[in-house]
Amino acid sequence: MSSNGSSSLPAGGMITEAGSSKKYKTGEWRSERPEVDKEKCTNCLTCWIYCPDNSILVKDEKMVGFKYSHCKGCGICANQCPVKAITMKEEGVE
Amino acid sequence: MSEPIAVNGDMAIAMAWKQINPDVVAAYPITPQTIIVEAFSDFVADGTVDSEYVCAESEHSALSICVGSSAAGARVATATASAGLAFMWEMLYVSSSMRTPIVMAVANRTLSGPINIHCDHSDAMGARDSGWLQIFGENVQEAYDNTLLAFRIAEHMKVRLPIMTCLDGFIITHALERFELLEDEKVKAFVGPYQPVRPLLDVKTPTTYGPIAMPEYYYEIKYQIVTAMMNAMDVTRQVMAEFAELTGRKYDLVEGYRTEDAEYLMVAMGSTAGTVRFVVDQLRAQGKKVGAVKVRLFRPFPTDDMAKFLKGKKAVAVLDRAMSPGTGAPLYMDVLESASRMKDAPRISNYVYGLGGRDIMPGQLSTVFEDIMAGKGERVNYLGVRL
Repeated sequence: MSSNGSSSLPAGGMITEAGSSKKYKTGEWRSERPEVDKEKCTNCLTCWIYCPDNSILVKDEKMVGFKYSHCKGCGICANQCPVKAITMKEEGVE
Repeated sequence: MSEPIAVNGDMAIAMAWKQINPDVVAAYPITPQTIIVEAFSDFVADGTVDSEYVCAESEHSALSICVGSSAAGARVATATASAGLAFMWEMLYVSSSMRTPIVMAVANRTLSGPINIHCDHSDAMGARDSGWLQIFGENVQEAYDNTLLAFRIAEHMKVRLPIMTCLDGFIITHALERFELLEDEKVKAFVGPYQPVRPLLDVKTPTTYGPIAMPEYYYEIKYQIVTAMMNAMDVTRQVMAEFAELTGRKYDLVEGYRTEDAEYLMVAMGSTAGTVRFVVDQLRAQGKKVGAVKVRLFRPFPTDDMAKFLKGKKAVAVLDRAMSPGTGAPLYMDVLESASRMKDAPRISNYVYGLGGRDIMPGQLSTVFEDIMAGKGERVNYLGVRL
């Protein structure tokens, strides 16, 4: 009997707490993940403007990486990056 | 015990609902079920029940209202037949998956086309994989009794699944028969008050019903229905035992008649089971070793109970009032499955009959017994069809 097995789940898959969507990591859908080369990155934040989710992490007006818990790997950031600093890597492959 | 009265099967079900007084009844009328909701809407208008009665614009809406009401915490009943049940198709799966213990009378009527209002089981058979429990009655008394049992079985905490109480269209729904109505207080005590599980109207414990389940969870949630179905077998037995104590009427999941020393059996469901027993008596009088088996609970299918009846028999005829063009009919498949790991299993044949309300006569059933006693017949036979 596993913790997320049939007998452990609430009947009918009902959700028994409020606000539980916070726990839903939609980044699990991703098949390719973006990676940034900070040597090339100019912190223009074009990626931040284009990201259709909210997955470009910015600190002190600088692009510092990706929120992989919610990035779905659409690749728009890589496509829009004017200096080609972002590349898409296949998930599950080193 | 109260005085026996004469009513038809639909009226008997409406009277059972009246005694149970469900919180919500939502329905759309369709022959041969209409008398149930017609009579019940009279009870509502007369104030003899305090149910919220919703006359929906379609069966899809009717069952949707039932699902929502049940999730909100209500005890719910509805009724349908034929195309109405087919139109509920989407919501059937939603209601079983959301574990809403709705009690639905199904006045078994064939499906179009050709359009036809008369009895066969093709409507209920189409819903056999929907996760609903299905219980079949043979006469007016059983249609009433099954309704009382149904609320208890469906609402049991180990089950929490919707249930269809099936009765043959016209043959039971419209035929006047003598039947014994239980006293109101006895029914109320037997069925008991409704116990909701996480009702939506309980705002202190917020609950989301029917959320999306992606591939990582869908399968596990469907498997919960398998577990509940298996639990329903013992729950049904317990509820039937309690009912027998209350009324003296003993029921079982599968019931045998003169089967002990029989070599040949005929399996049937619904009103035809009575005709089969009549034919068994006729043939027994001629010294033939024949017996009858009636399936009362069709979903979950009591495979082990059926296997006990099949063991040691020479041949078995399974009567199906439905067809599955291109293969054997549903009841036959379940009986075959019951014998699948049996050593020296009997020769089991399927006889499709009575489609679109065609009468089944004792003489025809005698020829079926003669067939199987002579080792004749195909695997699947279409009884009485003109070729």
